[in-house]
Amino acid sequence: MTTSLTLNGKPVTVEAEPGTPLLWVIRDELKLTGTKFGCGVASCGACTVHLDGVAVRSCQTFIEDAEGASVTTIEGIGGKAAQAVQAAWAELDVVQCGYCQSGQIMSAVGLLSETPKPSDEDIDAAMEGNACRCATYQRIRAAIHRASDIMEA
Amino acid sequence: MTLQTTRRGFLKAAGAGALVIGMGPKGLMAQGDDGGMLTPFVRVDPDGTVTAIVKHFEMGQGTTTGLTTLIAEEMGVPMEAMKAEFAPSDPEVYNNLFFGKFQGTGGSTAMANSWMQYRQAGAAAREMILQAAAQAWDEDPLALRLENGMVAGHGDPVGIGGFVAAAAAMEVPAEPRLKRPDEFVLIGQPGVKRKDTPAKIDGSAKFAMDVQLDNQLVAVIARPPRMGAVVSNFDDSGAKDIKGFAMAGTLANGAGVAVFAENTWAAIQARDAVAVEWDMSKAESRGSDEIKAELMAAVDAPAEYDAAGKPEDASGIEGAATVVEKTFYFPLLAHAPMEPLTCTIRPDADGGITLLDGAQMPTAPHIALSKILGLEMPQIRVETLYAGGSFGRRGNPAADYQVEAALAFALTDKSRPVKLVWTREDDIRGGWYRPAFAHRVRVGIDGDGNIVGWDHRIAGQPLMKGSLFEAVMVRDGVDLSSVEGIADTPYAIPGMYAGLTDTAKATSILWWRSVGNTHTAYVMETMMDQAAKAVGRDPLEFRLAHLPGDRPEQVRLAAVLKAAAEKAGWGSPAAGRSQGIAAHFSFGTYVAEVAEISGNAADGVKIEKVTAAVDCGLAVNPDVIKAQVEGGIGYGLGAIMRDEITLEGGEVVQSNFPDYEPLRITDIGRIEVEILASAEAPSGIGEPGLPPAGPALANAIAAAGELPVSLPMASNGVSFA
Repeated sequence: MTTSLTLNGKPVTVEAEPGTPLLWVIRDELKLTGTKFGCGVASCGACTVHLDGVAVRSCQTFIEDAEGASVTTIEGIGGKAAQAVQAAWAELDVVQCGYCQSGQIMSAVGLLSETPKPSDEDIDAAMEGNACRCATYQRIRAAIHRASDIMEA
Repeated sequence: MTLQTTRRGFLKAAGAGALVIGMGPKGLMAQGDDGGMLTPFVRVDPDGTVTAIVKHFEMGQGTTTGLTTLIAEEMGVPMEAMKAEFAPSDPEVYNNLFFGKFQGTGGSTAMANSWMQYRQAGAAAREMILQAAAQAWDEDPLALRLENGMVAGHGDPVGIGGFVAAAAAMEVPAEPRLKRPDEFVLIGQPGVKRKDTPAKIDGSAKFAMDVQLDNQLVAVIARPPRMGAVVSNFDDSGAKDIKGFAMAGTLANGAGVAVFAENTWAAIQARDAVAVEWDMSKAESRGSDEIKAELMAAVDAPAEYDAAGKPEDASGIEGAATVVEKTFYFPLLAHAPMEPLTCTIRPDADGGITLLDGAQMPTAPHIALSKILGLEMPQIRVETLYAGGSFGRRGNPAADYQVEAALAFALTDKSRPVKLVWTREDDIRGGWYRPAFAHRVRVGIDGDGNIVGWDHRIAGQPLMKGSLFEAVMVRDGVDLSSVEGIADTPYAIPGMYAGLTDTAKATSILWWRSVGNTHTAYVMETMMDQAAKAVGRDPLEFRLAHLPGDRPEQVRLAAVLKAAAEKAGWGSPAAGRSQGIAAHFSFGTYVAEVAEISGNAADGVKIEKVTAAVDCGLAVNPDVIKAQVEGGIGYGLGAIMRDEITLEGGEVVQSNFPDYEPLRITDIGRIEVEILASAEAPSGIGEPGLPPAGPALANAIAAAGELPVSLPMASNGVSFA
């Protein structure tokens, strides 16, 4: 099956069987490896990408659902919220092993794009599905607040 | 595991690369035109870029930052001008100095064993550059300085790149002058940023899972449903319709069927479509209830080994005014690092291979692959990539997943790279767990509230027996990793006896972040609390009374206890909250923690705050240390709250994160970490933050109810909000 979509602003056409998770198309066919495989059951958030601007788990998004869609991965993020999140992540040295952080950042950018001034409860709701086995959560929370401040400045 | 520091001089990198086996095909470390190797740990490019050759892998603990800092500090180069690169596999040059001729990361030793070695490397590189500059300028080397990556003292400062060729040809000074601590500008200073942050926030960091080689095959293994089962037969006809399926074959050890495909998704689907018949005759058939019953019976019987004192030493318990007795159980735990296990074997033009791996212990797979593939050691290269966490799982002396990759590669015609991928289900169900343990403790306290006897029985499956570390970690039959934190407690406990019983193999087991301390600290520190409570003494005051300061470790443990208590406001929790305190010494480091909770076991416990105080010797990078303590607390508490691996009829019940639920952002309100100033050499930090967290939480829960004695808490009567 041929699927056409926009990936990080560029049109791409891929050959993949229906039912193939978008995750594996991005990683194995399009060779963008910043989007991670963590669980395959939408339980850890490491595979989070933006589908038409909305944060989704790419391991449970099938390629046929991406037809004609605009997909953004960690390699392609830009704009005010993304820049603020990456700056805050760097300032607070959030990462440890780093494997989940693409997904954390994609979820955080999704949150701040919708809710530029999130409360702790907003952060909990948006980030609870993104697991970090290194437990960098405290810094993630602080960095989201910091990114919010950067966006406002 | 705690191992002694040894100090030794440098190996001369004769001809820059001659001692280095396993150099990559990129010629990164080859001699000749790339002659910038000043020592095995420092390379300088002609443009002046300094690269630290890092002998420890990066699983998030900060080694690429920490070891690079040591070289930058002594060399006189700013961190911004430094790069970090993982060392090739060569146990002669890049061994862990605490492990003998073995290259590997573990036991929180990366900084502790590298501290002098990497400083000396940086200092030697500095002296070699200055010597070369002095010769070029016919100047007294003592008149020159290396500052900000430039040679100063002879007119305008000059970049170091032009002196590299001459410096690389020199002998490495055996005893270069090291900076005094008061001269440090990077070590111990705030604001030294992680070297790996930029690549980990834009998706460019390459983990082993990210290897995408031309023409690679992906292998996923059909694994036995019960441990110890072997393949009788398989039928791959169901996989043949899956586009991209290549082939399937039984691993030579019978432990699974390797299913190969052109990409990962096809391999996963094909694996699920292959029907395997298993020979279960030697497979585990017990359930975890039976394994637990065996452990609980073992701590009620006389111990197999005496780990501390003799049984009669604790006789003061008989006739003591107060006796406290508890029996504890700790379940099997999976490590579940965020990046599932993976590695790639690439055939090279010279007939050898390269292993691309988040290699925690390169020597183990290096030797294993040599045997399996019939290659000489120099024909095998190991290229280390970032590891998406480990928590012990990637540091298996048995090199289990690299062995699998080699057995899979051997099933092919060896013309194509083979990438082995584990799914999360493989990870949770695939064995190599933190062993289950039981403890039974009886503490006798006299009428004055002082301990007069402590009888401690431990039972579990030994980690070190039969492993590469047996020689140093097993003494008189006692596997030290089963009793660490008990037999060597800093507390002055009169009448202490610790007895250990090894139990038979239930599953494959492997150290899990902080090893034996995962259970021993929980028992020691909840029993200290229970003893204090039984005689009406404050838990902090009771602990301090048992740390009289006769030995340095008592002074240091008391100091972190006082610091954590003060920072947390011990004794005056906010309204509706309870506190618990615990302290533990492990991996050379002293940590005390106070957990503050709201709610209770019946209605739901919420962890509001954990406050830690740490003495890990000189704090090379305070922010990385804080991050490790934050992460250790989170990793430990997540497991203690709700994780366990259970067996039914030999089959693992859990399979993925929905039933092996990781800690989430909502679980802990806040963590605060204070680092105590110290002039001692750096000790471990990756693991020591973990052990006190569980008992601190348990003691907070017990302050308003029953002490949780069986883990995880959520399966044994404690609900969490």
